[in-house]
Amino acid sequence: MKVSAIITLKKDVLDPQGKVIHQALDGMGFENISEVRQGKYFEIDVNENDPGKAKAVVEDMCKKLLANLVIENFKIIETQ
Amino acid sequence: MKSSVITFPGSNCDRDMDVALKKFGFNNKMVWHDDNELPKSDLVVLPGGFSYGDYLRCGSMASKSKIMQSVINFAKSGGLVMGICNGFQILVETGLVPGVLLRNKYLEFICKNVFVKLDNKENSYFKNLNKDIFEFHIAHNEGNYFCTKDQLKEIEDNNQIAIYYCNKEGKIEDQYNPNGSIKNIAGIFNKEKNVLGMMPHPERMIDQSLSGEDGSIFFKNLINNIK
Repeated sequence: MKVSAIITLKKDVLDPQGKVIHQALDGMGFENISEVRQGKYFEIDVNENDPGKAKAVVEDMCKKLLANLVIENFKIIETQ
Repeated sequence: MKSSVITFPGSNCDRDMDVALKKFGFNNKMVWHDDNELPKSDLVVLPGGFSYGDYLRCGSMASKSKIMQSVINFAKSGGLVMGICNGFQILVETGLVPGVLLRNKYLEFICKNVFVKLDNKENSYFKNLNKDIFEFHIAHNEGNYFCTKDQLKEIEDNNQIAIYYCNKEGKIEDQYNPNGSIKNIAGIFNKEKNVLGMMPHPERMIDQSLSGEDGSIFFKNLINNIK
């Protein structure tokens, strides 16, 4: 089954890319924005039918490789 | 004295490091990332470059490569492991040294000479050096050292800050911080001081006619300290 993981920067971590994107959007006329934070999104097809088990595997992946827990948080979403 | 330089796919300072180590008397071996065993070594170096194309996060893929388990075991048994630039990024991803290296504050790739100041000489790398301020070269996009408040306190309490960005006179101020690193940190030790990660490249400062001699001073001293 497919499981997704969203990796976001923690609140206190500076995101210069997000800032520049914010400025660009602002310049394009999207003025009603207070902040932009950039993150990562993974779609992982796990050979596992049990949603709980599939999510647990992806959680382990996030902790060991996909996210760096010093600066990032992750959220796991079951997509299929 | 035996040293090993690990080559990852995308490393590009591995041969420069090999030249530098040999010039100052190391019997150096190049070790491929896919090998399982480290040759007998007094020093292991993780070189600069763009291992695995900087995919995911700089150094993250290399930190999981086959040879790294041997490098981690070597470090945990007290062996000297030095990571330069991308090697530093690999070290933080293994957890051997605390913190992470973020994108440079102003989003630019920085390639220039900088001055750094040593903070702590009670270790095998800097012991017996007769000066504190060195001119080294930096070339990186992700050298912005970051750690949590708790980690910073622990790092400071254990004297783990190895070098700071400074000016020629050794003043450590914000204006001499090229990349936004917390506290101008350019290099960090592990708690035991046998693992050193730093962004500057001493191997690029080993020839007076090409660059400068501060790298020569560092390597000559290092081999004498290990002997």
